[in-house]
Amino acid sequence: MQLRDVARILEAEVLTCEDKLDLTVEAGCGCDLISDMLAFTKERMIVLTGLVSPQIIRAAEMVDLVAVVFVRGKRPTPDIIELSNELGLPIMCTHYPLYESAGLLFTAGLPGWRHWPRAVGGAKDAP
Amino acid sequence: MHLEYHVVGRDFQAAGGAAAKIKRTLRQIGIDAETARRVGIVAYEAEMNIVIHAYRGTVGIDILPERVNIYADDEGPGISDIALAMQVGYSTAPEDIREMGFGAGLGLPNMKRYSDELEVESQVGSGTSIRAVINLPTKEGS
Repeated sequence: MQLRDVARILEAEVLTCEDKLDLTVEAGCGCDLISDMLAFTKERMIVLTGLVSPQIIRAAEMVDLVAVVFVRGKRPTPDIIELSNELGLPIMCTHYPLYESAGLLFTAGLPGWRHWPRAVGGAKDAP
Repeated sequence: MHLEYHVVGRDFQAAGGAAAKIKRTLRQIGIDAETARRVGIVAYEAEMNIVIHAYRGTVGIDILPERVNIYADDEGPGISDIALAMQVGYSTAPEDIREMGFGAGLGLPNMKRYSDELEVESQVGSGTSIRAVINLPTKEGS
């Protein structure tokens, strides 16, 4: 699906890089720990998180994420928005909690790591 | 090519900046995205280990024709049981650090996962040295 579908399904407010909503998203991951994110995400993925920290954006840059979605109504601080703009990383926020956000996207056809063909081989020790 | 950055313990504002510069430089000089991603993740985990656990240190890379060597050296408390620290889920990060999203117990396991070789040496009360190697893809793409 496209990033704009993610925003629509989650009724999310897009905070940066609105010009990148036509990017393709192939899989998603929900996590509140930085190292989990580094272990179980790749490029062409989005991360749903309740962790509001600039380190989420730093880690997103390391793994070439498509976008970061902040859940349960959490709003990123100005330094996070500034860093995301600088890196050209789309971020958005939704009022849905993590579990429901993941469920909505999964039901709409966005797989997680274990169901994503590109992750096969790397998925043996997935959570 | 050689890159080296100083890292200051508990400086969470600058944290991750060294790994970001390393990854960007690799992409700029034409290193493939997958290798740059792996080097970036290993350098990031190494940098965050210094920020979280040590007083100060350095993170750097040497780019050679066939591989990238990553190193991280710190002055800090050291690791008393490296085998235990390599176990997934084991962490000594204090509570205030965990609240920032760290302390998953995946720092060293992630470094091992994304590198082709990893060596960790540590002296309690002195510091820790990490050496990682990531091989560049061959021209055949294997």
